[in-house]
Amino acid sequence: MVDITKAYYKIFILDELAEKKTAIHRTNPVVKLVVTFIYLLVVVSYDKYDISGLLPMLFYPVIIMTVGDISLKPILVGLAIAAPLVIGVGIFNPFLDRAIVVAIGGIGISAGMLSFASLLIKCGLTVTAALLLLATTGMNKIAAALQRLHVPQIFIIQLLLTYRYISVLMGETSRVYNAYTIRAPYKKGISRNVWGSLIGLLLLRTYDRALRLYQAMKLRGFQDQYYGVNLDKLNKIDIIYLLGWTAFLLVAKFNDIPMLLGLLVTKVIK
Amino acid sequence: MSHHIIDFINISYSYNDGNKALENLNIRIHHGESVAIVGANGAGKSTMLKLLVGILMPEQGEIRLGEFPVTKKTLNMIRQQIGFTFQDPEDQLFNTSVYNDVAFGPRNYGLDEEEVERRVIKALQTVGIEHLLHRAPYKLSGGEKRAAAIATVLSMEPSVLAMDEPTAALDPKSRRRLINLLQGFMHTKLIATHDLDMALELCSRTIVLKNGRVEYDGPTTEIMTNSQLLEECGLELPLSLQGCPICGH
Repeated sequence: MVDITKAYYKIFILDELAEKKTAIHRTNPVVKLVVTFIYLLVVVSYDKYDISGLLPMLFYPVIIMTVGDISLKPILVGLAIAAPLVIGVGIFNPFLDRAIVVAIGGIGISAGMLSFASLLIKCGLTVTAALLLLATTGMNKIAAALQRLHVPQIFIIQLLLTYRYISVLMGETSRVYNAYTIRAPYKKGISRNVWGSLIGLLLLRTYDRALRLYQAMKLRGFQDQYYGVNLDKLNKIDIIYLLGWTAFLLVAKFNDIPMLLGLLVTKVIK
Repeated sequence: MSHHIIDFINISYSYNDGNKALENLNIRIHHGESVAIVGANGAGKSTMLKLLVGILMPEQGEIRLGEFPVTKKTLNMIRQQIGFTFQDPEDQLFNTSVYNDVAFGPRNYGLDEEEVERRVIKALQTVGIEHLLHRAPYKLSGGEKRAAAIATVLSMEPSVLAMDEPTAALDPKSRRRLINLLQGFMHTKLIATHDLDMALELCSRTIVLKNGRVEYDGPTTEIMTNSQLLEECGLELPLSLQGCPICGH
């Protein structure tokens, strides 16, 4: 909480990364959006105990981060924000599903632990994929890609306004927090006595601010219609990118690549 | 559009809590005029500008831009003609880059991307921040944000500029740059401000509001030397017309 002002500036880092000019950044946003969507579908389609099958899915974020020149830090920050929710959802699995399914070095691993681990991996992979899409494309181009895919306008506008509201909320939180701390020098954090009034104040302030932003948009002709950036037509590289990733993801889904690799290695050794 | 005459005809407005913000306001502003709206806090300056662009609607009277009344039906056309800048430029900058923010208005009016780009570049050149094209708005300095906010309305090529406290929170150099910039605009200008020195430099006409009523409407040079009337309205002489604080002359 101390660094809330820093955090306010950090939330824009993914949009800044999206300004880079690597091969991934140059790829058509529609293609990147479709590939990400297929990736998410494939990742969540794995069985809840299937951890080894998920391993090849790591290949996608590693390649995107390497070619797209995206550092690990902002992705880890995003993951840290999503982690408590997933941990909260899956934390009881090890207690509810206690049947031992495998023993490693004499230590029994329960089905609940496997499903919890699988849930964590799935969360890590899907959130990373979404963050990478943002970091290599930017919110405006994602919105334009959604528009190209004929996603309803109302959905696109909701997405853009929600994204904008996060920064409004963070900005106002930072101001309220700073105003509080300079008048409460010996207190650690925010006293419980003022939580209620501060949250109420924050809600009213962000509402006011959001209203002014909306008025500024209306004054410049906003008609609940999103006119985003123009996207180029798909070129050969975009098609290859789309087909290449789709083929990889489907092959990885319907073949147990870790097992095939294992068999290959043991045969070579024999 | 009758050379964009702006008419406030018998305008009254009250806030939700019943407080009168404006009462029987009758003002006519001619094409190309540069008008300062001054008054103490709560005098009704911002309310007057918000009524002009239809953010607020009067409870009595009518506002006209040329032959068109400001109504819900004419708002789109009116807002294309009047470029309004907020007191806090942050309220006006909501995109991820300066370019996208300045392009927001023209895109909403359905212009093709080539025309949008031409307008964006022209607007940024006019305010002197062409080099900030791809920068994120939140990273700009106060003066740059103000310039970007002005560019966002200039790209819509309005015929009237309405500005709420344009020099607030600007350092002296940024303030000077803004004044020079506004001197170059041939638009009709309505500037609500506490910066009386700027009003003196920029506006030939000044309207003084007091408790929602027009207390003075006339040449700027006349009111800015009338210390008694200024004081009655919660104001004081512009600094440039006050004596030297050291020698007293």
